[in-house]
Amino acid sequence: MERTVLYRRHVESGARFGPFAGYEMPIQYEGVLAEHRAVRERAGMFDVSHMGEVRVRGPRALPLLQGLTPNDVAALKPGRAQYSALLTERGAFIDDLLVYCLGPEDYLLVVNAASRVRDLALLEAAAAAERTGVRVDDRSDATALIAVQGPRSAGIVSEVVGPEAAGLRYYSFIHQDEALHQDGLGRIVSRTGYTGEDGFEIYTSVERADDLWMELLEQGRDSGLAPAGLGARDTLRLEAGMMLCGQDIDEETTPIEAGLSWMVKWKKGDFVGRDALACQRRDGCRNRLLGFEALGRGIARRGHRLKVSDRPGCSGPVTSGAFSPTLGRAIGIARVDCAESGVPEPGSAASVEVRGRRIPCRIVKLPFYRRPKA
Amino acid sequence: MIPDDRLYTEQHEWLKLEDGEAVLGITDFAQQELGDVVFVDLPSPGQAFAEGFEIGAIESVKAVAEIFTPVGGAVEATNSQLEDAPELVNEDPYGEGWLLRLRLDGEAPDGLMTAAEYEALLAGAQEAAR
Repeated sequence: MERTVLYRRHVESGARFGPFAGYEMPIQYEGVLAEHRAVRERAGMFDVSHMGEVRVRGPRALPLLQGLTPNDVAALKPGRAQYSALLTERGAFIDDLLVYCLGPEDYLLVVNAASRVRDLALLEAAAAAERTGVRVDDRSDATALIAVQGPRSAGIVSEVVGPEAAGLRYYSFIHQDEALHQDGLGRIVSRTGYTGEDGFEIYTSVERADDLWMELLEQGRDSGLAPAGLGARDTLRLEAGMMLCGQDIDEETTPIEAGLSWMVKWKKGDFVGRDALACQRRDGCRNRLLGFEALGRGIARRGHRLKVSDRPGCSGPVTSGAFSPTLGRAIGIARVDCAESGVPEPGSAASVEVRGRRIPCRIVKLPFYRRPKA
Repeated sequence: MIPDDRLYTEQHEWLKLEDGEAVLGITDFAQQELGDVVFVDLPSPGQAFAEGFEIGAIESVKAVAEIFTPVGGAVEATNSQLEDAPELVNEDPYGEGWLLRLRLDGEAPDGLMTAAEYEALLAGAQEAAR
């Protein structure tokens, strides 16, 4: 099992570890509830260095990425990022990812650790087919990723990386120190995240990660910044209605089924999965990922079955389920078969059976939680 | 410290025997493994269970742990405080975080551990994890 470069710091902070995508990752420090609250109310800091970073460069980089991803890479200006995916011919998720535009012919893909090898093979095959003009460079092992999330993150991050961070718009980034690292990435400070809160993701070389972690921790001390683990990251992203690849979205699920149709840009040219998605768009799709919340005590977890009341056949497996610390009740996402009875409206009654007991639920529009406007 | 006024199981439960009754709870090690407890599912008073059967469950943010009773008996009472304050299981697993009280069918079975034996089991588990 691999460890991130910050492993020793997590041990010092009293982390409990667990396996995730081949890495021994911090699951929690003080506790999931405390860390979840720290992010919602103050700030939390995550080591997510297991994520993969793949740089795609060259005159043919743009057409290559346009052909592989459903979002419109041409619309991306330097300094901006977009949420997108790699899809199968059937339009289902191989991976979801972020595309950063570093320059006119220079992109960085941030991919999930579990799919990195497969993504890379796919990108390299596409680059080989182009013959010349694209270089694919896996920077994952040389790059650490620290996420600082929460209402106080802008103050903390701008003190450490510079005041320009506080001026970044959502899904914008600044690229620092690249010249110092020759073929490295330098440092990327990005206003993105996976918690539903304001926040930043900072990519840096593994050599500099330890100093950055300690500086942020020190700077954040008075603001109540707490190290947070993958446990809190999961409850935070679920409240924010964000999908987890390999769990909610997978090779059986398309962006349309997942409620992510907005990432599919029909006005751009052809891309892998386009025909299949066009069929779904025209004919509708069988399965939908729907949010639900429990009205009674108990937690529906992955693998339990959600049944929508009074709609024959309208049921399916829970893909994510957890206790929502913010709402104080169980929430989840289920893959619901809507072929026979249509898509149930928000508010529809449903239920999940947990240990032989029926827990009444209600279909809810995603997200479960939206941060208060500043 | 592991209290020595009660017995322990390999499933990290404790059992305090008095006057033909048994109070059941989970150990400090168990609550740490579970993390923040958010719901406790307990049976209704009067329900009877045979030794080794599932008697309830503890839901934490991270996971669910079924509770198996190490003794046969009928439920006399459950800890109603846990309904509004499930975190008591984390905060005071050997005291306020008790789960339920059973009227024993017969004698407590052999094979339950003393505090010292349970401590040795935990030490062994930690050694193995290294």
